Formats: sequence, structure tokens, C-alpha cells
Amino acid sequence: MKLLTFTILLCGSAWAQVQPQPAQPQNDVHVFPVQGNVSMLVGPGGNMTIQAGKDGIAVVDTQIAAAAPQVMAAIRKLSDTPIIWVINTSLDADHIGGNEALLRLGGSNEASLRARVVTHENVLDRLVKMGQARVADAASINDTYFRSPKDFLFNGEPVMVYHMPAAHTDGDSIVLFRKSDVISSGDLFTPDRYPVIDLPDGGSVQGLLDGLNRILEMAVAGKYQEGGTFVIPGHGRLCDEADVVEFRDMVTIIRDRVQDMIKKGMTLEQVKAGKPSRDYDTQYSGSPDVFVESIYKSLVTSGKR
Amino acid sequence: MSKSTVLVLSAALLGAPVFAQVDFSGEWAPLYHENGPERLPGPELGDYTELPINDAARLRADSWDADRISVVEQYQCRPHGSDYALRGLGNMRVTRDIDPATQRLMAFHTHMLAWDSDRTIYMDGREHPPAYANHTWQGFSTAVWEGNMLTVTTTHLKENYIRRNGVPRSDQATSTEHWMRHGDYLTVVTVIDDPVFLTEPLVRSDNWYLDPGQHIGIFGCEHAPELPKAEGVVPHHLPGTNPYLREISEWYGIPYEATRGGAETLYPEYRLKLNGYKAPPKCDRYCTCTTLFDCQLR
Repeated sequence: MKLLTFTILLCGSAWAQVQPQPAQPQNDVHVFPVQGNVSMLVGPGGNMTIQAGKDGIAVVDTQIAAAAPQVMAAIRKLSDTPIIWVINTSLDADHIGGNEALLRLGGSNEASLRARVVTHENVLDRLVKMGQARVADAASINDTYFRSPKDFLFNGEPVMVYHMPAAHTDGDSIVLFRKSDVISSGDLFTPDRYPVIDLPDGGSVQGLLDGLNRILEMAVAGKYQEGGTFVIPGHGRLCDEADVVEFRDMVTIIRDRVQDMIKKGMTLEQVKAGKPSRDYDTQYSGSPDVFVESIYKSLVTSGKR
Repeated sequence: MSKSTVLVLSAALLGAPVFAQVDFSGEWAPLYHENGPERLPGPELGDYTELPINDAARLRADSWDADRISVVEQYQCRPHGSDYALRGLGNMRVTRDIDPATQRLMAFHTHMLAWDSDRTIYMDGREHPPAYANHTWQGFSTAVWEGNMLTVTTTHLKENYIRRNGVPRSDQATSTEHWMRHGDYLTVVTVIDDPVFLTEPLVRSDNWYLDPGQHIGIFGCEHAPELPKAEGVVPHHLPGTNPYLREISEWYGIPYEATRGGAETLYPEYRLKLNGYKAPPKCDRYCTCTTLFDCQLR
């Protein structure tokens, strides 16, 4: 019997050499360890960043309210401690929508452990101005900042929150976990989709580029431009400096093309018809027309100032 | 011979080929008899021949400015992807991991001279990482035996180039390699599927010979500012302004349309479209190019 088992096991090794499995769909919630104390959480909304330790849990962004139970269950695999810090990178519903629900599930009722929910003050201003529907989102924000960077020490790690003015919106923050060497970029950086330059909420193409170049200044690549500082994007896979370079180059090149077309006197419709992003449209999801239009309007507006 | 002995021998005979039909371990020196001018001095600007690229890849390559490698510091030490490293200036060392308990082959490792690039090719049946995992220059490789041929599948590649003149290969590409050893010669056929930039798979082959006395040195690279530049500048050519795209056609007497690449130009039938084309009477550029020493411009 033992010999038979041995034979089966030995031959079975052939069956173990299987083809790679297809990538998992992203409609579930998954936690992916990054480095140091930091993990990335992928789900139906924007990416979350989680830093967990003996002091509690800090999260950057909170997905959407409907995903809060799954998100909290995933966080609980990392730590049983309460959520102490929430940092929102912008006012987008898929980044801020889970604030209240997540804190209800994972916050503490003790006054000394009450979660601080941090955003740039422009986020709070705009949520309130939007009126009734978004005031509810604003309700859980209790700690705005206006001087960049805001910093604090948590789980033995300096956490730096930088304001990136007039980028995706005028209230964007990026977060550097200085000891773990991880940057959480919010929607400034979305490696598989065109960025949203939200002009009505104060965004601009130059501010977006300034923000991306700032991330490149802060990131230090490992040997031969790989690894080192990791960057958790607003949406999409885990990245490092080299991936941010590709994205920054894309935005810069399309911006330069649109700028050249404006200099030639072309109207918005003519610029869109010229398809200045056509060599990137097979790579980045989202509407090329919307992206090009936001660049055009941003450049024209800044030129009038 | 007892029944037990027969069973053990049967198991060993059945199992052994699965463990490792061929050993690729050793020091391998590259042969450049294929595509020498592209691989040794480097490709000419605007040379997209033999590449089944789409319009997006063509415009990306037309827009590419070689200054970017110097001006943008992050490009200075950027290595080849594993799908390109095999055809670059790549002396290669292959080692393998054998599990001492089972004597089963667990992985091959490759080390390339260029950028000290190290890659692991897993043979232990593990899955590829999820879609949201980070990508690397070498990607994530697993392999299976198909007879004596090792078939390697690589995903999670960082965006890089298919040719070193700006023709892009996306981070969504999959590279499939077929490793074949014939005595002291190694042939690797690489098939690149890229839904972003290719209209059909790109197939290339590269060859090495066993060179046991080979010593691979240290590569080393440190990025540093090389030119003064304004903050955030990314060198590129605006559409329709690249002045170098016709050089390849003029220097080699190749019809300009054929230099632009695309799947159609890969096949013999394409010659019928080149009515009246006559090859130039003599070679003027890189006429002999099979080693580092004889590959001269004229």
C-alpha cells in the first residue's frame, strides 16, 4: 500500500505542473501586502491603503458604503485593533463613500480612540456646497488641514499628508508612509485609465502634472529602477516609480500635443477630431474625448489668467 | 525481480522525465547571426520592419525621442524586459533549483549580463499573481515541459519596448518562450501577445552556444542629471514632425511603406504589393554583422 501511495505521489508530480491560472476578478475585496506595515485593499471602489499595528489602524480612503462589511472583514485579517485614522484623498464618492459605514463597523466608541477623519479643507468645503446629498459624506470628516504637509506618528511610523493643489480636484492629498516607504496617490495616478481632471471641482492638467512630478521626487526606486518606494494608485494595480513615469509621460505628451493644436488656432471640436491621444487609447480606459476636452479647457482657462 | 522492485522502477521511469527532461544549466554566449544590426549597434530610427504593430504602436514609436533616455533620469538605468533581454547583448547564466527531498526540479534561474537582470522561472506549479500585483521588468515566469521543450509563460511585465527605437510593448502583454537545447546550442523562440500594441503575435528566435569558460562581469548603473532641463520635460516628437523616420528607407533602399511595419508586411505576399521594387545593387551599411567585432557601420 505504501509503495502504491509512493507511486501515485511520484507520478502525481506531473499533474502538479499546471498552467498558470487566470487573474482573479476585481469585483471582490482583496488585501495585498505591500511592504512594511502597509497593505493595499482592492475592491469595487477606489483602492484603499491600510497601515496596521499596535496603535490601531490607519486607512487611506474607504471604498463605497455598500462594500463596508467586506472591507472590514478583510481588514480584520490584518488586525483586531480599531480604526484610528481615516485620510480621504479627494471628495470622490468611491473614495470617501465608506467613511461612516466603515467607522461604524471598525471604529471605537471610546472617546480617546475616536477616529480622526482627515481631508484637505477644500474637500469639506465642496461637499457642503454640493448640498444635501453630499453633506452626509461630509458629516464624518472631523479633521481638515490647510497647511501642507499634515503629519503624525502612528504605529511608530511618520505619516505625511501632502496637499496637491488643483490636480484631479483642488482638494487632493497624497499620503507617504515614510518608514514603510509607500505612497498612496489617490486619483492623481491611475495606471490603467485616463485621469479625471475635474475642472468644476478645481482640477487642472498642470496641477495634475505637478502632482505626478512631486510623486516622482518623493519616490526612490530600487536597483535598476524597480521596487524601492511603492505607489498605491487610486485605481489599478500596485505600482512603483517606473509606472508613475509612464503615466506622467503620457499626460505630458498629450498635454503638449493639445497645447500645440491650440497654438495653431484649433477649436475644441477640431482638437478632438484630431485625436491627440489616439496612440494611448488602446492602453488606457476611460473616454479619450473627455480627457482631451479637460486638457483643452484647462489650458485655455490657464492661458486667460 | 520482486513486484515491489518493479513498482519502484516503474515509478522512477515514469516520474523522471517530468522532473527535468533537459538541463539548461550553464554559461551561454549569444549568437548574432539573426538580426545582428538591430541587436548589436541597435535598431535604426523608424525601423518597424518585421513587427505586427498597430497604428497606436506606430505613432508611439514615431513620437519617441532618444533624448528621453538621457533627459528623464528614471530611464537611464531602465533594463530590458525579459522578453527583450534574450535578444539583447545578453551573455546568460542558467542555474537550477532541485528539491533535495524529492529531487524534483523546482525552478530555473537566468542571470543576464545586461543590467544584472535576474529571473526565476518557477517549475513548481504555482499560480501567477493576481491582476492587482505589481509588475517587474522580468515579469513573473512559470514553465512546463512539452516533451524536451520547456515552455515558459511570463506575465506581470512592466511596460517596455519591443524594439529599442521606441516601439512599445505594454504591461498587459504575455510572453511565451519555447526553450530547446541541441547539444551545446540553445534556441529560444519567443512569442509576444500584446492586446494593446500588436495585431497578431510577434514571434522571434534567439540562439546561444555553451561557453563553460565564460565570466559574466558586473554591470552597474547610477542615474544622474546629464543635461539641464526644465522641470517635467519629456522629450518627444509631435505627430508629423519626426525628421528621422525616412532614414531607414533611404539608407537601405527599402520602400518607406515596408519600414512602417504591420502584420501585412511580415508575409511573402506583401512583395506583390511592392510593384517595381528593386533591391539596391550593393550594401552600404552594416553589411557584415555577426559579432561585436565585425559589426561595423561601413
